Amino acid sequence: MDWKRRFEYWRRRYDLTDVVVWAFGLSILAVAVYGAVRSLQTTPYGWKQWLQFVLYGFSQGGVYALIALGYTLVYGILFMINFAHGEIFMFGAFGSLFVGLALQRIGFWDRYPVLSLIILFLVAMVVSSTVAVIVERVAYRPLRKAPRLVPLITAIGASFTLQYTARSFFGSGPRAYPETPILAGSVNILGIQIGKPYALTIVVSLLMMAGLYAYVQFTKTGKAMRAVAENKEVAALMGIDVDRVIVQTFILGASMAGVAAVLYSVIYIQVKFFMGFIPGIKAFTAAVLGGIGNIPGAMLGGYFLGIFESLGPALILEGLGVTAPNQLKDVIAFTMLVMVLIFRPTGILGEALAEERV
Amino acid sequence: MAPILEARKVTKRFGGLVAVNQIDFVLEEGAIASIIGPNGAGKTTFFNCITGYYVPEEGEILFQGVEIQGLRPDRITSMGIARTYQNIRLFGKMSALENVLVGMHPRLHEHWWDAVIRTPVYYREERRALQRAWELLDYMGLTEWANLPANSLPYGAQRRLEIARALASEPKLLLLDEPTAGMNPQETADMIEFIRQLRDDWNLTVLLIEHDMRVVMTISERITVLDFGQKIAEGKPEEIQRNPRVIEAYLGRGAAAGIPVG
Amino acid sequence: MSLWKRTLKLGLLGGLIAVYIALTGMPLSLSRRAVIGEFTLGHLTYLIVFAAFGYLRAAQMRKEKQASAPAILAHAAVTGLLSGLLLALLVLLGQRVDLGFIFISAKPQLYRLLTFQQANLTTGLVYLVAAGTVLGLLFALPHFLPKTFHKAVLSAVAITLVLGVFSELVQRTILKYALGSFFAYQGLKPMGALWLFVITFALSWVYFALRPYIQVQDKRSQQVLGNQPSPETRLLFTLALLAFLLVMPIVILQKDTYLLSVINLVGLYIIMGLGLNIVVGFAGLLDLGYVAFFAIGAYTVALLTSRGELGRGWDFWAALPLAILFALTAGVLLGIPVLRMRGDYLAIVTLGFGEIIRILANSDWLKPWMGGALGVLEIPKPTLFGYTLKEEYQLYYLILAGILITWLVAHRLYHSRLGRAWQAMREDEDVAEGTGIHLVTTKLLAFGFGAAFSGLSGAIFATKVGSVYPYSFNLLISINVLCLIIVGGMGSLPGVVVGAFALVGLPELLREFSEYRMLFYGVALIAMMLLRPEGFIPKKPTIYPRLLVRGASPVRAEGSKSKQ
Repeated sequence: MDWKRRFEYWRRRYDLTDVVVWAFGLSILAVAVYGAVRSLQTTPYGWKQWLQFVLYGFSQGGVYALIALGYTLVYGILFMINFAHGEIFMFGAFGSLFVGLALQRIGFWDRYPVLSLIILFLVAMVVSSTVAVIVERVAYRPLRKAPRLVPLITAIGASFTLQYTARSFFGSGPRAYPETPILAGSVNILGIQIGKPYALTIVVSLLMMAGLYAYVQFTKTGKAMRAVAENKEVAALMGIDVDRVIVQTFILGASMAGVAAVLYSVIYIQVKFFMGFIPGIKAFTAAVLGGIGNIPGAMLGGYFLGIFESLGPALILEGLGVTAPNQLKDVIAFTMLVMVLIFRPTGILGEALAEERV
Repeated sequence: MAPILEARKVTKRFGGLVAVNQIDFVLEEGAIASIIGPNGAGKTTFFNCITGYYVPEEGEILFQGVEIQGLRPDRITSMGIARTYQNIRLFGKMSALENVLVGMHPRLHEHWWDAVIRTPVYYREERRALQRAWELLDYMGLTEWANLPANSLPYGAQRRLEIARALASEPKLLLLDEPTAGMNPQETADMIEFIRQLRDDWNLTVLLIEHDMRVVMTISERITVLDFGQKIAEGKPEEIQRNPRVIEAYLGRGAAAGIPVG
Repeated sequence: MSLWKRTLKLGLLGGLIAVYIALTGMPLSLSRRAVIGEFTLGHLTYLIVFAAFGYLRAAQMRKEKQASAPAILAHAAVTGLLSGLLLALLVLLGQRVDLGFIFISAKPQLYRLLTFQQANLTTGLVYLVAAGTVLGLLFALPHFLPKTFHKAVLSAVAITLVLGVFSELVQRTILKYALGSFFAYQGLKPMGALWLFVITFALSWVYFALRPYIQVQDKRSQQVLGNQPSPETRLLFTLALLAFLLVMPIVILQKDTYLLSVINLVGLYIIMGLGLNIVVGFAGLLDLGYVAFFAIGAYTVALLTSRGELGRGWDFWAALPLAILFALTAGVLLGIPVLRMRGDYLAIVTLGFGEIIRILANSDWLKPWMGGALGVLEIPKPTLFGYTLKEEYQLYYLILAGILITWLVAHRLYHSRLGRAWQAMREDEDVAEGTGIHLVTTKLLAFGFGAAFSGLSGAIFATKVGSVYPYSFNLLISINVLCLIIVGGMGSLPGVVVGAFALVGLPELLREFSEYRMLFYGVALIAMMLLRPEGFIPKKPTIYPRLLVRGASPVRAEGSKSKQ
């Protein structure tokens, strides 16, 4: 009697689409698990290779995490996806490229390699921040009260404007990034050989994130940011200049993207107008993975995505007998995004945003 | 008479905050009842639990003897509960008439293929819908604004349009969230009269949240008082007026609610 | 004093924009397209900025009514002068520093172009600044004309320039018999331009002067009473339009293959636009992976009909329904997990999905079935009653039929229970759910229709082009379609058509421009949202006729009295 009532109740509560979604998600999960088991059975890789995948993934994840912070910071405050963030990253890379080339010309580069690298980081942060502030001023601020779809569309517009501005300004082909002699060769971590730029990425990304976390937690600006994220009106009543805090948030996120841009560029030693697009989407995925609006979540999501993406082709796709699995790296990342949205739409660390619905 | 709505030990938490705490509530069919309480007492949260916007962590809500807690809002509306919102939420760019037509959504039997190939069903249903929408607008005194965008209407008309949209779904239970907020005394008096009329004309049960004590005391047949998410009193208006806990909840905190004591 | 401050601000802003345009390389790469005599599109790109800012400054001051006519003219001239000055500074800087190190277009040719090819740099710079001043002044003048003249001047300038740039529109169509003598091999002859300006000015003046008498004056009474054209007028209008569309390729376009291929491409975008318009314009869901469904439609037709080794040699008409069906299924399958999420996630997930489809089509893994980067070739043209539709003007009719069907479906859906549910959802998702709308099914239907239309467009695309490559289906197409909807007006069906002609047709005619197309779209998206979010042809509100209340009414009428 009672279970029958229960059943009736569940039938009213869930409908066909819920069932289809779960079936869809579970079947992808089953395929992935099957692929992983097959791969591990037939694998030509030893534990060292696997560990190497993880380390390279960790480094890639560091770049994603740094970019993801920009998405999450802005989302936390404005509840909008800053689509142009990938392009802000790209402009940082170009800025550091030109300064790097100039330093190379005057011979500074070879004499003070470490100092040059630090200058590159600073330049990239400044250039990215400048672009971010311009975008905020021109494209987002006038539309802060508009319906949700409107700033989203301007953000997409801003993204394309920046991307193709860079193309028109700097050319459509890739430009070579100055090589850094001190980053040639590799280092040994836990008995694994890993290229020095990758090691640098791991270290710098960890440092930056620790710094950012402390900044947001303990400084006055950081507290103001959190207050504005909580409630703009109340924060304004408390005497916080909301516009200023929003600009500061953009600058903070863009600086992280600038750092990521230099790290990315020293790894791939080339810079291109299109380079922000894929890392941008991936970083957004990372932010959603970790729970958008949540700072530790973005970091965790970034590393998680980087490692998963690095392991995925070998671990899942090879077992399924897919040829050239590395071409499908991006497919894995996006599939993971869909899976997260199905099973845990709030992300790994995110709690249900207590957003007022009605 | 059987209760049309019954809540048993309903609890809703937000993180550490218990917004609605173990509330038992019974509403008889055909009644006009109110929920009152100071700001943040959990009134609107309770409404949201009834209409499906929130899923209560504990407890059951029965509508005509059927469990509805945790169902999606559209499902609950189709079952016969309609509501209005505290800060008016109309479909701003759609015309007043279209707002009412959207309200009729769960009562129209027209599929997309009917619309694409224009079957007789389409013509019949559209005609029925339009006719009824005009009737409703007439009834609410909104005829002159019918073809104008909802957000261009004057304030009072917007409130009435929200009620018209709710009525369009042919509810058995109507939930009104502060229907007289922002109205002058004359408008408020009209609204009170109108809500009574509504109940009689449409055989409705009405549950409202209200701040204005005069409204509550005049209109309600039964009052439930919430404070800090808990039910602190329940009864007829005159019982509530004399209830010491209610007086304390309001006057004790210096709320300027103007409750006529004694 | 603040007047001069604002002039300074506006002038410098104009200068910055002119410098930006110069550095993008537009003046240089468009300088091969003559507009009027020696005056090229390259010149137009930055000179138009001077004119526009002079015009704007005058408009501002006229509106505020603070200044006398000579003062306004002076301010407009100074605005143009400042803009010109900034551009001149760029040239001077470029002479001293190697800007080409950063900006690939900053080379001597650019500076020579900006200084009007003068041998002496100083003379050139003076010319440049003078051009700014004169244009700023000149375009302040229309503000002092009566309103009809003002409008007529502007539209005559615009039409003359547009016809000068797109001289094919005259030279390859029936218009050549009337206006052909005004044109040189490319662009207008100077005297021709003058004549064209005079003619278009006269015509526009007549139009603007007569317009008030044609249109219904009182907007409010029109809205309340529902003053719409009678059904007979509408029918007549529709029939005339149809007749025009049927004879256009043969009579007006003279079966010109080049123009018709452009029009057909525009047509395919119109079909896609009508589909995406349902998703974005009606239902308010931002779908950035729309190209995926286009690709699915195209690949289905390609793989089923191709005479090559990958294909199965089906007939086009047998493959077409399957193409639509597959696209629709993909739309629904993608939609189910995604549409339960918040709106902003949708944009990024669909973006990802569009990329996935392209990556899969490009991958070595699926190469044995889908051809990988080499694509699918030898797709036959459709046959109808024994005729093969191989010429562009024949395909035109196929595409026209597609547009008419999708238009009809979109129009009918809009005026139905589902259409209203979409609009309600777009306005306020939570309240829509509270009025009994099942969000997921409603969204899925929007997604499904959008995908099906896109699949249809893709199917025709495959047979039109005769081959498909993964390369043809990049993200840019999705953005293209989105942009044409927004420029046209979200939710507006005529807007889609106008948007497609403006954003696909014109750039397609202007091959040199293709490099800047995406830049232009990006700017257009921002500008539209800032200045005209409802689009150039906004969706008209539906006016419902007053229906008489018949039969037994469940409500008592006197209830309304107490509410007045």
